[in-house]
Amino acid sequence: MARATVLRRLTWQAASIADIRVETDTARTIVLDLPGWPGHVAGQHVDIRLTADNGYSAQRSYSVASAPADGRLEVTVQRVPDGEVSGYLVDIAQPGDVVEVRGPVGGYFTWEPEDPSPVLLVAGGSGIVPLMSMIRARSDVHSRVPFRLIYSTRGPADAIYADELRRRVRDDRGVDVAYAYTRTVPEGWPRPPGRLDAALLTASGWPADLGPAAFVCGPTGFVETVANLLVAQGNEPARIKTERFGPTGG
Amino acid sequence: MDPMDYMDGNMLAGELREIFSMDVTAARGRCAGCGRMGMVAETRVYQHAAGLVARCPGCDAVLIRLVRAPDRAYLDLHGMSFLEVPLA
Repeated sequence: MARATVLRRLTWQAASIADIRVETDTARTIVLDLPGWPGHVAGQHVDIRLTADNGYSAQRSYSVASAPADGRLEVTVQRVPDGEVSGYLVDIAQPGDVVEVRGPVGGYFTWEPEDPSPVLLVAGGSGIVPLMSMIRARSDVHSRVPFRLIYSTRGPADAIYADELRRRVRDDRGVDVAYAYTRTVPEGWPRPPGRLDAALLTASGWPADLGPAAFVCGPTGFVETVANLLVAQGNEPARIKTERFGPTGG
Repeated sequence: MDPMDYMDGNMLAGELREIFSMDVTAARGRCAGCGRMGMVAETRVYQHAAGLVARCPGCDAVLIRLVRAPDRAYLDLHGMSFLEVPLA
């Protein structure tokens, strides 16, 4: 008689760093090889754990940046001041290094291609990462769901994936991107530096009566502000999904 | 204390998936304090206690407390009066 399969609970698995790409002065994309990785749903995250020789370990959650794929995933990590895990991943890690990964996890902040609603993505800083996975997944499944991204960064040099986003606006039909620069703007930019506000959400988002699915990711204060603005504009709170990464970032 | 010094229930997903067979962050729960219904992913998670503390975004009551030891987890859910778990 065949034995019943004993299901194993989700736990940590070793992942080797296959490649590292520079995204900005403070952000790197880490490509991880994970044998047996089942793929993920766009928007999900993984936990990454580092363990020192003396047994001390530290773990953080990072959103998956790549589109769903078997056996491999990418995370984009922004260095945060005194960050134990981000400091290693951004400044020290090399291809061939091994880290531990637990995931994919999170069934709330996810975009399902079957949902026909127009999508509004609002990113603060490295909050772009899970939203980029959604944009990439949309392209991979040839979805025609219209996406609008509003991306708040300090200035153009801080925007992660800027070249790819420019290309996708040109080539992926139905993806629009608007930037909200908070500190420095390019020459001739029509909007002075400043925080994302109701006017920009109105101009670059969707009217609430279209029932958009909104995904807001960024630092806690940013997410609270944007979610409140979207509710004030008449969006259904249940249609606004949020992911916060604390006061300074992940 | 920084009033924005919290994350959200999304970050509990990995810890809870080590304990439960499904994703608890996508479940809706009711706060035993104020009766508010919300997704576990939307709770406010504080990390400065021993372990993780998830609070109600409505009334700030403690909903979930999770403490890990090397070989076990201690999970206090008495702040939630029920959970509605999607099984589809």
